[in-house]
Amino acid sequence: MTTKGVRRPLGLAPTAVLLLGALYCLLPVCWVLAASTKTRGELFTTNAFAPGTGLFSNIADLSAYRDGIFWQWMANTALYAGVGALLSTAVSVLAGYALAKFRFFGRNMIFNVLIGGILVPAVVLAVPQYLLLAKAGLANTYWAVLLPSILHPYSIYLARIYASAAIPDALLEAGRIDGAGEHRLLRVVAVPLMLPGMVTIFLFQFVAIWNNFLLPFIMLADDERFPLTVGLYTLLATGANQPALYNLVITGALLSIIPLIALFLTMQRYWRTDLSGGSVKS
Amino acid sequence: MRTKRLRMVMSAMLVGALAAGCSGGGQEETPQETGPVELTFWTWAPNMDKIAAVWNAAHPDIKVTVSKQAGGDEAAAKFLTAAKAGNAPDLVQAEYQMLPSFVAAEAVADIKGEVAGVRDQFSDGIWNLVTLGTDGVYGLPQDSGPMMFYYRTDLFTKYGIAVPKTWDEYAAAARTVHAKDKTVYLGGFSSKDPGWFAGLSQQAGAKWWSITGEAWKVGINDDATKKVADFWGGLAKDGVVDTQAPWTPEWNAALNGGKIMSWASAVWAPGVLSSNAPDGKGKWAIAPLPQWSAGENYSGFWGGSSIAIAEGSKHKKAAAQFASWLNTDAKALDLLIKEAAIYPAAKSGQNLMTTAPEYFANQADFWQQATNIAGTARGFTFGPNVNVAYSAYKDAFDKALQNKSSFTDALGAMHDATVADMKKSGSPLASL
Repeated sequence: MTTKGVRRPLGLAPTAVLLLGALYCLLPVCWVLAASTKTRGELFTTNAFAPGTGLFSNIADLSAYRDGIFWQWMANTALYAGVGALLSTAVSVLAGYALAKFRFFGRNMIFNVLIGGILVPAVVLAVPQYLLLAKAGLANTYWAVLLPSILHPYSIYLARIYASAAIPDALLEAGRIDGAGEHRLLRVVAVPLMLPGMVTIFLFQFVAIWNNFLLPFIMLADDERFPLTVGLYTLLATGANQPALYNLVITGALLSIIPLIALFLTMQRYWRTDLSGGSVKS
Repeated sequence: MRTKRLRMVMSAMLVGALAAGCSGGGQEETPQETGPVELTFWTWAPNMDKIAAVWNAAHPDIKVTVSKQAGGDEAAAKFLTAAKAGNAPDLVQAEYQMLPSFVAAEAVADIKGEVAGVRDQFSDGIWNLVTLGTDGVYGLPQDSGPMMFYYRTDLFTKYGIAVPKTWDEYAAAARTVHAKDKTVYLGGFSSKDPGWFAGLSQQAGAKWWSITGEAWKVGINDDATKKVADFWGGLAKDGVVDTQAPWTPEWNAALNGGKIMSWASAVWAPGVLSSNAPDGKGKWAIAPLPQWSAGENYSGFWGGSSIAIAEGSKHKKAAAQFASWLNTDAKALDLLIKEAAIYPAAKSGQNLMTTAPEYFANQADFWQQATNIAGTARGFTFGPNVNVAYSAYKDAFDKALQNKSSFTDALGAMHDATVADMKKSGSPLASL
């Protein structure tokens, strides 16, 4: 943003709107924070945002629930989100780079199909994907959740946009003139330049897989392979004759967002760097 | 409640995608009988893995692996999806109202031959829920939810009312209580709990679905159900029963704080009360539901589930053996009561319940009363699209409450929506 010579008007209204937005987003988090400290008895009887006395007993109960299966779910989620997001980023970057920088027959058609794919919500595909993977004998395996997460049209779209903006054609041309092969160009020129975009795609996919519910819900039958979302849901929907384990679910929800927050705080510094700034004259 | 909406959306999506057409996987492989038979079992009952471990220790030739699932409507949708893909577990816990949709999808097996020996362990009302009124047997009853009247003894004394014997007395008591204190209600009408309404309709003698020959007959707006709907409609219109959505923090607080004095609920209510209304401990008691005419003695079912065997299972016989053991063996029933905290459907299991729940320590004969009431409960046959009927119930009665319009019309809307869906999905319908 340029500030030179232009006096910025006092943005009272925009600030207020943003504050409201922040409040809207943070209030539920605050509630989870407060509610997770409450014991069963306190949960519905005390003030919604007053802290309770049971955080550590809740965590202990949650860890003890069915011999600590909660931590198994946590590890599963980390696997699905970590490996899934890595693979997805790799595929997206390759596809996006190719679509942005190479002219080949059918390029626009492929891209248009991908754009169409963005319009189809992933939840609609969950059941057909299940039926397909069941035919392949892969339902109820780790692959059942990993494979469908790998191809993500929106990430490819992002990668293409990012590649066309961040990798100057002149740079590739110079590399070719110097005798670099396409693989080397990809490794030495394209990937480093696309790193900030890759981090964005990785984070996007990581969060999406971490929070995904319907796909693992349909794919997995064995509760040892559940991710957190589906696992916590079994605590919530316990059948008619059992009270839902609200305090454990809320504590579990709190614990499950901590890794996401940590990831964002550590990865965000990669976001603002612009590697190609000044590399060529435009 | 958010989760409820999520559930509805999810089940609707799953079912929709199924209806959109997908070919089922084949079961061509021949069973290989080497080593012990391996059975998988989907259930949401707590600690079922421990109970299966007891079975496995005693039966080295049949090994049961429990996979704990989330309960509710989408559990049924998930099972149907898995069955379509040829991936169903051998054994599945099925709520009674979901069983007909499993049968209609040919996802569960008729196990009449395998379980004939345990028929007399169950009352006729419960057995009817797994036969659907046909010659087949599509599951073994596991737990049941006979309905009874829960009330606050201290508040009934305070407001000077007796436990209502008939629904007329209930209506009079509701008016008395609300006239004395505008913040207090005798009880509530729930537009969110179609299972509750179904149970009360069963008590009145309703038959929402029945099978004649090969065709379904739908009678959701039959006279018995109309009577129930009109009754609650009158009370709701006068504002003398609580009509807020149950299972919310506000409802919990009202229950806990004595603003709701009674609850027509099922045998599993002690678990709900002790967790949602901890302050009421020792103040609640049970009685039979109010009756439609003096001298009658009926109840209905709210909730409960059965264990069904998948049509795709390669070991139906072994699965039936396990299901029979689980739901009729004395040791298994004892475990079900203690570990899974369920109210068993088997008569012998009900007799094992002796110590009153801690919450009802003041009523030593809690389980004797419950067993007597369970004997009077009558069910009805559920149809193949209960989920549609239940959604229609919520929509129609929510609207009726909001607009203060007629409950009879709401019931008609529920009936029409159910029939229309059955026509659309091609269920054979008897001419009405």
